[in-house]
Amino acid sequence: MSRKNLLNSKDIEIILHRLACQLIEKHDDFSNTVLIGLQPRGTFLANRLADLLKTAYAIKDLKLGVLDITFYRDDFRRKDKPLAAETNEMNFLIEDKKVVIIDDVLFSGRSIRAALTALESYGRPEEIELLVLIDRRFSRHLPIQPNYRGRQVDAINKEKVLVTWAETHKKDAVYIESL
Amino acid sequence: MSELSVEHLLGIKYLKPNDIDVIFKTADHFKEVINRPIKKVPSLRDVTIANLFFENSTRTKLSFELAEKRLSADVINFSAGQSSVKKGETLIDTVNNILAMKVDIVVMRHGNVGAGVFLSKHVDAKIINAGDGTHEHPTQALLDSYSIREKLGTVKGKKIVIVGDILHSRVALSNIFALQLQGAEVKVCGPTTLIPKYISSLGVTVETDLKKALEWCDVANVLRVQHERMDIKYFPSTREYTQLFGINKEILDNLGKKIVIMHPGPINRGVEITSDVADSNDAIILNQVENGVAVRMAVIYLLAQQIKR
Repeated sequence: MSRKNLLNSKDIEIILHRLACQLIEKHDDFSNTVLIGLQPRGTFLANRLADLLKTAYAIKDLKLGVLDITFYRDDFRRKDKPLAAETNEMNFLIEDKKVVIIDDVLFSGRSIRAALTALESYGRPEEIELLVLIDRRFSRHLPIQPNYRGRQVDAINKEKVLVTWAETHKKDAVYIESL
Repeated sequence: MSELSVEHLLGIKYLKPNDIDVIFKTADHFKEVINRPIKKVPSLRDVTIANLFFENSTRTKLSFELAEKRLSADVINFSAGQSSVKKGETLIDTVNNILAMKVDIVVMRHGNVGAGVFLSKHVDAKIINAGDGTHEHPTQALLDSYSIREKLGTVKGKKIVIVGDILHSRVALSNIFALQLQGAEVKVCGPTTLIPKYISSLGVTVETDLKKALEWCDVANVLRVQHERMDIKYFPSTREYTQLFGINKEILDNLGKKIVIMHPGPINRGVEITSDVADSNDAIILNQVENGVAVRMAVIYLLAQQIKR
């Protein structure tokens, strides 16, 4: 197995600042916006962005949720391994809100499809946007594209894009792994 | 591990401690789901479930049906009263006829002990036992333990007394298995005539003095006197039963400590428990009902996961 480093912690920091600024450009003071990190791996990125918006850009009232999409996935009973759920932290309704879904890697688009269905349980939002750190090109199974992307990557299907965070893997980095 | 070690839920007897963990963790997620504005997930869209109730039931049937619908399964209901069972059809024939309509999971309550086990050997569907005679009622025991865990943080090391008609109670037997599997201590309390002769072989202690039993315990699970299952007189009168084994506010106030009161329902108010106790803050009877839906959703979800497409 070979592993290629795509982004290091400095690159990621720059990207996070850019994404934060792009969000501010569109959402101003975030008074009508909610950020939602997808379980399990999108939550790290969502937390980082929320912290950055609060500390570096003085956004005071930021609503951040964590959404688990397990029960909405389209591969239930299609996999050998069981689908185990993670916790949900959605302590608000999204009725008439602008929602930004946050995930680390956009690949087939099926998780995002599931997230769109899951969000229906929390009301009818004004609009939903998608923010991802890594957008894998040419790999979509569904017509889903991000509104904000950290980096676009051409990786062939057998390769895997791995995002690690300081919180869990000691350092921030993005790798491409091939078997 | 996030899967069950069993293919059917026939009784707590067949479960391992990890199974109970997995069910409770999954139930936590479903409890959150059923408290949302929209209380439904699409997971079981292509699964069909038959609820076969050969014996009367109100809350268990409603609870299962609601759990199934909240998971988006298709549901068909069957009650023995209006069926061909009365015309002499055998259990296997009845169920196979229903399965021919492409049913994946059967939830069954039956008056005969072991009906679920028997069915699981003869038909090709997941079986969930919703009560078989005086034997087991596994989902009730799971929701009881889940409610204790929710109220006290853990079941391990807790002292639970089951009060009442132990002899005719499938809730008691399933509870004993479930609580012991999780490391709790179990005592039973009731008239000697309503306590099975060999109950101590299950590792359960017996107490015939209600006051002593309540002083010992953290949780009292109060059972209903099942008049419909009694072929002979087991105690002289209901009034005497109430005097000796009825739980009232006075007894609880004199304990010098708080205990949790549970009841699987239906309650005979004024017989095994007085109204002021049943409606007090120490009673978690309605929490049990709410948790019942979440726990049943978890069981159905985990078993449905094993069905091959």
